[in-house]
Parts: sequence; C-alpha cells; structure tokens
Amino acid sequence: MNRVWLFFHKMGSPPWFYRFSGKLLPWLWGLFFVLAAWGLYLGLVKAPPDYLQGESARIMYIHVPAAWMSMLIYVLVAAMGLIGLVWHVRIAEIMAICSAPIGAFFTAIALATGSLWGRPTWGTYWVWDARLTSELVLLFLYLGVIALYNSFDEPRKAARAASLLALVGVVNLPIIHYSVTWWNTLHQGTSISASGSSIHPSMLWPLLIMAVATKFFYAANLLVRTRHRLLLQDHRKQWVRNVIMKEGS
Amino acid sequence: MPHAPFIIAAYGVAAVMLTWCAIGPLLAGRKLARQLRSKYQEADHAPNS
Repeated sequence: MNRVWLFFHKMGSPPWFYRFSGKLLPWLWGLFFVLAAWGLYLGLVKAPPDYLQGESARIMYIHVPAAWMSMLIYVLVAAMGLIGLVWHVRIAEIMAICSAPIGAFFTAIALATGSLWGRPTWGTYWVWDARLTSELVLLFLYLGVIALYNSFDEPRKAARAASLLALVGVVNLPIIHYSVTWWNTLHQGTSISASGSSIHPSMLWPLLIMAVATKFFYAANLLVRTRHRLLLQDHRKQWVRNVIMKEGS
Repeated sequence: MPHAPFIIAAYGVAAVMLTWCAIGPLLAGRKLARQLRSKYQEADHAPNS
C-alpha cells in the first residue's frame, strides 16, 4: 500500500484523526492569521483605489474570497457526502456536515459584503439579478442541508439524507458561475479565469493572498468542528474517555 | 457618496461573522469536554463501578 493510501486509511480512524488534527490546528490558525494580516495590509493600505469604482473596490478583498469559498465548500460538502454515501466513510460524512455551517457563513459574508459594495457602485443594496439570486439560493441550500441533518436522531441516516440534498444542490454551482455570462446582470463579469486576469498585480496579489488565507480558515475551522462532533458521537467509546481524561489531567 | 462607511461595515460584518464561526465550535468543544470529564469521573466514583 503506498503512503497516500495509508494516510487516507489512517484518516478514517477517529482516534488517529483526532490526534493528527490536534497537531495540525495551531499551524493552520497561525497561517490564516499571518496571511490575513498580510492580505489586508496590502489590500487596505498599499493597493490603489480602482479607477472607476474608487475606494469601494477595497471590499473586493473580503467579498471575492468569501464568494469563492462559498462555492468551493459546497463542492467539498457534496464530494465528502458522496464518499460517505458510496464508501460509508464516517469521517467523510462528519466532515461534510461540519463544512456546511462554514460554507453558510462564507455565503452570508459574500452576500452582505456584496450588498455593501453594491450601494455605492450600483446605487442599490440588492437587486434580483441572476448572480445575487443564485448565491442566495446557495445560502438556502446550505441551511437546508444543516436543517435536514438536524431533523434525524440517527447520525448516519442524517448524514446520508443531507449528502443526497447536497448532491442535488450541486446543479446551482454552474448557474452561479456562469450567471454573469448567460444572463444580462448588474454584477460585473469574470475578472480572473484560467487564461489570465484583467486585474492589476497591485490589486491581484492581496486578493489571492486573502483567497489562500480563507482556505486556511476553512481547514482549521473544519478540523475544530469535526473533532467536536467525533467526541459527541463516540462519547461512549474508550478512545474518547482516554482523550478527555488525558486533556483534563 | 463617501465610501469609507461601506468599507468599514463590510469588513466589520465579515470580522463578526468569521469570529462567530470560529469561536462558536471552540466554546462548544470546551463545554462538551467539561461535561464528558465530569460524566466519566462520576462513573469512576459510582459504587458499582
């Protein structure tokens, strides 16, 4: 068995996952704080104002990474849900459901900051255009996944139902992404694509640094939530007893 | 229209939400650990344990 497969097999063991994630957490939080501080400094202090939108374009450094995270996390919720459904990997089920609230937070941030950017730019906080509406639908999908999971008493059944809903909701992601192309929307078009970027490097770098920082935030937050849920689900097992009594001594 | 209030509000909202998202599970985890610890200690000191 090669090392990658061995690692994934080990990750499936709750006690091993708990120990490993505990060692990883300070590094993830540390990297998040350093990158966020660096990105915010470059974005809010060093980057120039936009030639057209002026200072309000600085909202981009939180709005765009949050919007990217809202979609990325949904893909991960669906992918981990699928792994849970097909291979019955309990850690994947738990990580899928623990990702959903983080995704909901990022979606809410994207909507709120976008609205605050819209007022000085478009003259309105909200408009029912395709990009904004499909992003709002994403927030409802996250809330639906969380509500469905919490409506079951048995965690494995709850995870399966929530995973199915998450998989159905994946159809919304291409709608969000291509909404600015398929429809005539108030929201601006894509500035960064696989073929390049139309943003000047002085504004692009803080944006990319903030995008990486939010990935570390997600990873750290996900591990904290997964560890908590593992303790909750396995509290009758000996490994949890050992962990809790050792941490308290 | 001055842009500063919108920028401050956007970063303020994001900071509050991210803090809530990060601190909530940390506090819940500590509370759970305390509850489990006292439960295990009670079980250890029960007469028939």
